Amino acid sequence: MTPLPNYRADLNDVEDELKAAMLAALAGDNRAYAEFLRRCSLHLRAYFRRRLSAFPDDVEDLVQDTLLALHNQRQTWRPTQRLTPWLYAIARYKLIDLLRSRSPRRAVEVVLDEESADAALIDQDALAQEARRDLLKLLALLPERHRLPIVLVKIEGRSVAEAAQQTGMSESAVKIGIHRGMKSLAAHAAARA
Amino acid sequence: MKTDALIAMLARGPIAASGPGPVPRLALAAAAGLLIAAVAMVAALGLRSDLATAAMLPMFWLKLALPLVVVAASLAASSRLARPGDTAIGAGVVIAAAVLAVWAMAARDLSVVPAGARIAAVVGQSAGSCVAGIATLSLPLMAALLLAMRELAPTRPVLAGAAAGALAGGGAAGVYALHCTEMAAPFLATWYVLGMAIPAAAGAWLGPRLLRWT
Repeated sequence: MTPLPNYRADLNDVEDELKAAMLAALAGDNRAYAEFLRRCSLHLRAYFRRRLSAFPDDVEDLVQDTLLALHNQRQTWRPTQRLTPWLYAIARYKLIDLLRSRSPRRAVEVVLDEESADAALIDQDALAQEARRDLLKLLALLPERHRLPIVLVKIEGRSVAEAAQQTGMSESAVKIGIHRGMKSLAAHAAARA
Repeated sequence: MKTDALIAMLARGPIAASGPGPVPRLALAAAAGLLIAAVAMVAALGLRSDLATAAMLPMFWLKLALPLVVVAASLAASSRLARPGDTAIGAGVVIAAAVLAVWAMAARDLSVVPAGARIAAVVGQSAGSCVAGIATLSLPLMAALLLAMRELAPTRPVLAGAAAGALAGGGAAGVYALHCTEMAAPFLATWYVLGMAIPAAAGAWLGPRLLRWT
């Protein structure tokens, strides 16, 4: 059985990863930079999708617009500064810009929402981290033949076939592993609650 | 264009940052604006004739200290607010504390002045020209700072503009203090503070209009 690639990395803090990628990029690593931008595009897409439900067609344009702004303004980020607030400050600026051109009233609402949502955002981050930590603990309780299929298919989003290939298990073993693993996860979670 | 293609394109070129950072840019702009304001002050108003003797008095230095604190704090605030993701609450607290300290001194001085003479103590000899002088001398600073800030990326343009305006007002007040002969805390607490508040408010208004970037 192969060890889990990227699994640990997925559970690391977004901040640390983005920051490390940006630092490598600024030191001249073009591949790290491409990876940094790709990761940013995922965060930006999620951020804009939540806030642009009225203009879904604008989401991808705004993601690209913001990536370009990140690129143009990369010298305004200092290594002593946290990276995610920098990223989201630019995203918010771009979002307000777009909303102002679409509907001035919405822009004001976003500004007001965001002012009060900053604290909530941090709370959600913390909660999500805690949830991940809990999930990790619960997963550690499972036997390998249940844990691997769940991590690969349910968390990393691979197909059953890919998971089977990677672990050397048969496809039906992967499916059974997921099924039984999820059941015992639920049982463990219920026991802890 | 697909987003992946855009990323590939952006990641192809050199990445390392070039050009001066925000602090040198803004400090350079402030220095240039300050120089113009100083030359304009000497040419149009003139240094106070008793500068050498006045420099012996503590009030002369207090009159310079307030603008200097405002300049230092708003330079820090400007360079933070000119970049995404930073706040400048600390600088705001420092400026508020400095103004409150001067107000406290003014209140203490006024408390020993007879009630009938208080207004005269506040107004002094040159209230109008003080406010107008500071506001006018702040113009070259304001222009230089906003131009420098346009090269950066302020995501909160109202606050960034206000910080630039406060920096312009503080610099102008410091220059004007070398001309002005008023030596009373109530005067400083009223007209210098008002003179600096005008450019700060103007900056807050101009920020969203001028500090756009892509």
